[in-house]
Amino acid sequence: MRTVLFLLLAALMPAQALAANQVALDNAVFVERVSTDAEGKQKILLEEPKVVVPGDRLVFVLNYRNAGAQPADKFVITNPMPSAVRFADSGDTRPFVSVDGGKQWGLLADLSVPMTDGSRRAAQPADVTHVRWAFQKPIPVGGTGKLMFRGVVK
Amino acid sequence: MMIAPVGGAKHRLLPSCSLIALLAALALPVQAEAAGTRAGSTISNTASASFDTGGGTTTIDSNRVDLLVDELLDVTVDSSNPADVPTTPGATGQLLTFSVTNNGNGLEAFGLTTIANAGGDNYDPAVTQIYLDNGDGLFDASTDTLYTPGANDPSLNPDQSITVFVLATTPGTVVDGNRGIVSLVAAAKTGTGDPGDSFAGQGEGGGDAVVGSTGADGTDSGAYVVSAATVTLVKSAVVTNSLGTADPVPGAIITYTIVATVAGSGSVSGLAITDNIPADTSYVPGSITLGGSGLSDAADADAGDYNGTRINVALGTVAGGQTRTVTFRTTID
Repeated sequence: MRTVLFLLLAALMPAQALAANQVALDNAVFVERVSTDAEGKQKILLEEPKVVVPGDRLVFVLNYRNAGAQPADKFVITNPMPSAVRFADSGDTRPFVSVDGGKQWGLLADLSVPMTDGSRRAAQPADVTHVRWAFQKPIPVGGTGKLMFRGVVK
Repeated sequence: MMIAPVGGAKHRLLPSCSLIALLAALALPVQAEAAGTRAGSTISNTASASFDTGGGTTTIDSNRVDLLVDELLDVTVDSSNPADVPTTPGATGQLLTFSVTNNGNGLEAFGLTTIANAGGDNYDPAVTQIYLDNGDGLFDASTDTLYTPGANDPSLNPDQSITVFVLATTPGTVVDGNRGIVSLVAAAKTGTGDPGDSFAGQGEGGGDAVVGSTGADGTDSGAYVVSAATVTLVKSAVVTNSLGTADPVPGAIITYTIVATVAGSGSVSGLAITDNIPADTSYVPGSITLGGSGLSDAADADAGDYNGTRINVALGTVAGGQTRTVTFRTTID
């Protein structure tokens, strides 16, 4: 099982990213296609798209791996939202997000955005401009992990 | 800036099967939205990681993923007539107004057709023309463009709307209260089908064109309602004489009463009551009344006149449900 999974991981990672750095970060985007079978049950398929249309739900998957000889400390992964994608959710990965272009960071529930009348309203997923994961513990040598978030094509 | 710990608990690869299960649990129905990212644009995503392996902070970028945005084909049609449009039997050029909106994300031409025989009504309006508005929202045959299918199908940018006028003739056989429904259908020229169907390479910007949630065609209906009126005239005569009887002896006065009753949901215009003075009788000057009020015999500002042979009362426009009562008197010669 594990061998198969590592093969999958290797397939997703560009070879040069692994070789050139001590830490490799691979980015893959899938689209969730919902299909309904004859019994009316919805099935969700993840496809690696070449093309998308507005309204498509995208799953951004970030694989990291410490391929170096030293633990990687103060490990932070940042993903600016593509302008044509509206942030939806991040599963259970609990990232910090920014709603102001990367100036301030926090959990989405703690952030607010200014209104034209000077008041502030609670930030919504659609306000997110950046997603960031800051790791408390160093990534050990050989350590790998996967992070994800979802967005919708505007 | 690097506040509380998040994310880093799992330094292992999640088995793909559980990832998919998780996604399945959280997924919402796919919903297309109006317009959106323009067809042919590219969505690029790159993440970066920074870390310290003892020699200071290093930042690396991930690979970049580029996605081409395909053209989504979506259109909606909305009737601009919230209520039925009144018409009359045999009327031509009866107007229904629609708006056609490109809800897709690329420039798209739409073919327009009408359906008048779908049922659910009392008659089939005969659609004669479709006009494309010049932008002022008002129908004017001299400034708006006559639509010819295939020749000037309207091309709309994402989120752009056009006002479309449908002109129809009301059959002469309809009666008051009849309804006639006309639907306008707009269909993407690239193609229509089930949501998700795609037309390879036919999207704006070189991608595919994909049928959106509307099926790439839209329809809405407007309706006419026949608002006609009928006029019934009832004439009666009462004879009085100096003997105090109702005998039509010479010198007796005949009072004629004409009651015009207008029925129906519409109204009649230009209604006039004319009555010749019968032979062997003479008109009593100044005896015309309308609704109990006297009218002069001259053809002047009031509604009545007497020209020597007949009386005439011009009632103008009278709505259904109303009556007008005209009287005049003659003497028996």
